[in-house]
Order: sequence, then structure tokens, then C-alpha cells
Amino acid sequence: MGILVYAEHDNSSLKGATLNVITAAKAIGGDITILVAGSGCGAVAEAAAKIDGVAKVLCADNAAYEHQLAENVAALVAEVGKDSSHILVAATTTGKNFMPRVAALLDVEQISEIIAVDSADTFKRPIFAGNAIATVQNSDSTKVITVRATGFDAASAEGGSASIEALDVVKDEGKSSFVGEELAKSDRPELTAASIVISGGRGMQNGENFEMLYKVADKLGAAVGASRAAVDAGFVPNDMQVGQTGKIVAPDLYVAVGISGAIQHLAGMKDSKVIVAINKDEEAPIFQVADYGLVADLFDAVPELEKLI
Amino acid sequence: MKVLVPIKRVVDYNVKVRVKADHSGVDLANVKMAMNPFCEIAVEEAVRLKEKGVVTEIIAVTIGSKAAQEQLRTAMALGADRSILVETDEDAQPLAIAKALKALVEKESPDLVILGKQAIDGDNSQTGQMLAALTGMGQGTFASEVNVADGKVKVTREVDGGLQTVELSLPAVVTTDLRLNEPRYASLPNIMKAKKKPLDVVTPADLGVSFASSTKTLKVEPPAERSAGIKVASVEELVEKLKNEAKVI
Ligand SMILES: Cc1cc2nc3c(=O)[nH]c(=O)nc-3n(C[C@H](O)[C@H](O)[C@H](O)COP(=O)(O)OP(=O)(O)OC[C@H]3O[C@@H](n4cnc5c(N)ncnc54)[C@H](O)[C@@H]3O)c2cc1C
Ligand SMILES: Nc1ncnc2c1ncn2[C@@H]1O[C@H](COP(=O)(O)O)[C@@H](O)[C@H]1O
Repeated sequence: MGILVYAEHDNSSLKGATLNVITAAKAIGGDITILVAGSGCGAVAEAAAKIDGVAKVLCADNAAYEHQLAENVAALVAEVGKDSSHILVAATTTGKNFMPRVAALLDVEQISEIIAVDSADTFKRPIFAGNAIATVQNSDSTKVITVRATGFDAASAEGGSASIEALDVVKDEGKSSFVGEELAKSDRPELTAASIVISGGRGMQNGENFEMLYKVADKLGAAVGASRAAVDAGFVPNDMQVGQTGKIVAPDLYVAVGISGAIQHLAGMKDSKVIVAINKDEEAPIFQVADYGLVADLFDAVPELEKLI
Repeated sequence: MKVLVPIKRVVDYNVKVRVKADHSGVDLANVKMAMNPFCEIAVEEAVRLKEKGVVTEIIAVTIGSKAAQEQLRTAMALGADRSILVETDEDAQPLAIAKALKALVEKESPDLVILGKQAIDGDNSQTGQMLAALTGMGQGTFASEVNVADGKVKVTREVDGGLQTVELSLPAVVTTDLRLNEPRYASLPNIMKAKKKPLDVVTPADLGVSFASSTKTLKVEPPAERSAGIKVASVEELVEKLKNEAKVI
């Protein structure tokens, strides 16, 4: 019994989304165990042990888990979590990749991207690009859940003193192997963790023009995002896409520049506290969700904005 | 090489659905339906592999109502050779769909199964991964590039930090992301030809699966409304409001 939370990390540091998952776990109720699976991930386990409200940390440190390959991680989580009341992970691309595999191995259904906990078996989750919120009740003995981080506050990263137990379970399924990765490097805050996000759309016209947004972002300490159209056109890389099928953000301030406001884009940002839209088309649907709308040509407005802040 | 492409009939992506007044679900009466966009990308990828000579046969399959035959015909107009409808009026969950697909995998022995990464109605993003687990296959999810060679498939995946490439031995499961390809439109002659391609109908019982679910939807509500905002006349006014009214910069 108890709740198993899978930690999101890059082998050296714990990712913030895990703290939001802990809050969801606390709302469910029960002893919380964090599982850290990786390679050379001791520092992650130590950080996890300090999170407020965590009873125990299990650390599976093995080369088989270095790249979070779904087949290996799912086999591990299914074995470690099979007697847990709940298994939780953040709905990141890591969690979304392996968790349904865990559910299938345990022969239970998965509840994807919960945004609220009503009780230990009842949860709220958005469907249809967030145009409806479903309340679902699950009767499986182990509830396998991915958690949308924006639905829950972050638990305190300090104050806990959980024990750390090394876990000598090696699942090397040999079904897939890691070939390589191209990770975006940026000194700006991470999109899903930033308190201010400024995003550009097709209206930006090309990748060079995104410089205008980077300048504003650097003055505000903001992250930069994009619409699907801007990513598809090759202006910016895929990891910047905000939306139903990209990243979900809910910062204090979201500035949409040259973005029309399609349902799929709104699904990724409409829970932001304050929304600003800059668009030359006063009929653009983005204005229906904007707290402050500015009908203007972005090539005039954005440089002026940079000067005035 | 044989490819199985599971597709889903969903509400067209342009439709903004409305919640029913009694909160029992969303109103689907007279709403435009279409093939899930990620499934279109899956069909397109299979067709391109066939055009390259890597693939010899493409089988489209769906679990759904009789009406879903329309989407199977579309898949065949786009290049699938034949299709299978597992007919049910029940609203099947991903685990049960994955079990039905597993039964078809056992029957057809495809080398590759290409699914969408997500159905845009339930937004679950589960089925491909579950099918991979049930059949013991490796998985390459959220693919933006797929290369098949020497009994292996190399998949470049869109992940939160950028791109990751993995290699899987065949048979394997791939799920598509938006940048994998741009689906073609079906030409009129191909739409006509698709009418003559084989479409088999089987029942869940034929496959030995049931669609009973352990997850019950208690209610479906509209999301919180945002209160109406204002238009500002200048960048100056915008900055003033953000500083003094919203206090976010
Ligand atoms: C399956 C599926 C999944 C999707 N997932 C996502 C997703 O996750 N995220 C996402 O964003 N989209 C997603 N989309 C795409 C979505 O439907 C829209 O096509 C997309 O969001 C449009 O991007 P855009 O607003 O940048 O482009 P457009 O709709 O072309 O809008 C460009 C806007 O820029 C304005 N503009 C142009 N020039 C200027 C100027 N000089 N000054 C000011 N304004 C200007 C125009 O008035 C217009 O409103 C998805 C679509 C599908 C089918
Ligand atoms: N009823 C279904 N019939 C066939 N394939 C499906 C069905 N539901 C989902 N799929 C496949 O699984 C993918 C992901 O769906 P989901 O897990 O529901 O988000 C879809 O893009 C389809 O390829």
C-alpha cells in the first residue's frame, strides 16, 4: 500500500514537476515513497529525500535507467509499485511515455493528466482540449495516474528527511536502445516553470524575428514559447510548442504575440493568471481570453514594449 | 513488411465541443466527425514507407461504431490496402482498445504498428504504449522521424527537452507526433478505388475482448470561464496596467 511517486530528473537534478506531483499525492493521502531511477542519480535521491512529506526514497541506480527507456523503466515501476494504492508521475514526455506501459503490465487502466483530486479514487481531468472537465472514478486496486503539474502547487523542496534505500532491481528488457539526443540549451527559465512566458506565432514570420521576443524575455526573466504554426514552419524547435499536444503552462503572465488563439493553443495556456495578446487582427479569437488586448502590428509593438519595461 | 495502423474517429479538430446541460458528457449530436489528426499522420507515414518499398501491405483498423467505416474508407483512399472494423457502440477505454489491437496483432503479425500519439477527444495518450507492453514490443513514441532498416527501426522522438533518438528491433510500436509528416489529401480516383478495397467487420467477442471499464465518468462540466478583458490603446497603457493593475511585472 502507500503511494509511489516516480521522480522526474536528468540524473543530476530533480525536476520541479515532481514537487507538484507530491502535492497531488498528499491530497490523495497515504505514505509517500519516491522512486528515483537513473544512472549516477545519487544527488537526485538526496534532493527527493528533502521534500516535505516524503516517507521514503528508493534509488535504482543502474545504466539500464540512464536514458529513461520506457521498456526498462515501466518494468521496474510495475514491479516496485504493484502493491501500491497509487502510482503517480508528472505528465511530462517521460511520464507519458512509460506510465501507460506500467498500467498495461499491471492490467489496470490509466487516468491521464489529472488536475484535481476529489478523493482517493475520484479525479478531475480535462478532455477535448480542455473544453470539458471530466470527473472520473476508478476502481482498480492500483491507480495509475499522470499528473498535470499546473493543477497543483509545488510541495516544499525542504523540510523532509526521508530515508534513502538503494534498490537492486535491474530491468534491462533489451527491446530498445538509446542512439542520441539533441537537447535545447537555454539560459532562460524552463517553459513549464517560468512565472512569465512570452510566445510567438506564425505572425513572427521567421526565426530571426524571435530575437525581439528573447530581448523582452531577458528583461523580464521570462521563458519563450511558440504556437504549433511557428514550430512547424521551423522558426523555433519543437520543445517550445505550447498547447493541447505540446506543453501546458500556467504562468502569472502569458504574452501571446502574433498568435490567433486556436482551440489547441488555448488548451495549453488559458489557465495563466494574466493573459496579454498582441495581434493586428482585432477579430482574432485570442482576444476572447486576453485580460489585456493590444490591436497592433507586432513589429512596432514588441520593440516598444522592450523599451518601456 | 506489414504495417498495422489503428485509427480513431473523433470530433473534427475545428469543433469547439459543448458540455451537455445535464453534465452527462459533451454534445456530439450533429457535430462534424473526422479521422484523429495524429492517425492521419500515422497512415501517411505507412504510405510513405510503402512508396519507398519498405512496406508491402498496410492494414487500417478501428474499434468503434458502424459509422467509423467512413474513416477506414478514408484511410484506404490515402493508401491503406485493406481495413478491419471491430464494431461496438461502447465507449472503449485505451486498455481495452489495446487488448483488441493485441488480438489483431496476433492474427496479422505486423512488423510495425503505427498509432497516433494522442486521440484529441479523450486526450489520453495511452493506447500505443499499452499495446507495446501487452505484446512485449519496444516503443518509439511521439515520433518526428522514422527510419526502417535491417530489421530495426530508428525513431526520433519529440521530448520536453528537445529530441531523443532510440532504436527498436522489429516488430515495434511507433506513435506519431505533429512534425513526422504532412498528410496528403485523398484524390477523387483514390476515393473511388477505396470503395472496392476489403473492409472486414468483426465483433469484440470474435477477438475475445470485453469493453467493460474500471473507470466511470461521474460528470462532465464546462471549464471555468475567464472574465472578459479589455483592449488597451497603446503599449504604454499596456505596460502601465501590467505594472500597476495586474502587478505582474
Ligand atoms: C492535432 C492538432 C494538434 C495541435 N496542437 C497544437 C498545439 O499544441 N499548440 C498550438 O499552438 N497549436 C496546435 N495546433 C494548431 C492550431 O490548430 C493552429 O493551427 C495554430 O495554433 C495556429 O498558430 P498561430 O496562431 O501561430 O498561426 P495563425 O493561426 O496563422 O495566426 C497568426 C496570427 O498572427 C497575426 N499576425 C500576423 N502578422 C502580424 C503582425 N505583423 N502583427 C501582429 N499580429 C500579426 C494574425 O492576425 C493571426 O492572428 C494543433 C492542431 C492539430 C490539428
Ligand atoms: N477506438 C480506437 N480504434 C483504433 N485505434 C485507436 C482507438 N482509440 C485510440 N486508438 C489509437 O491510439 C492512438 C492514441 O489514442 P489515445 O491513447 O486514446 O490518446 C490513436 O491516435 C489511435 O492511433
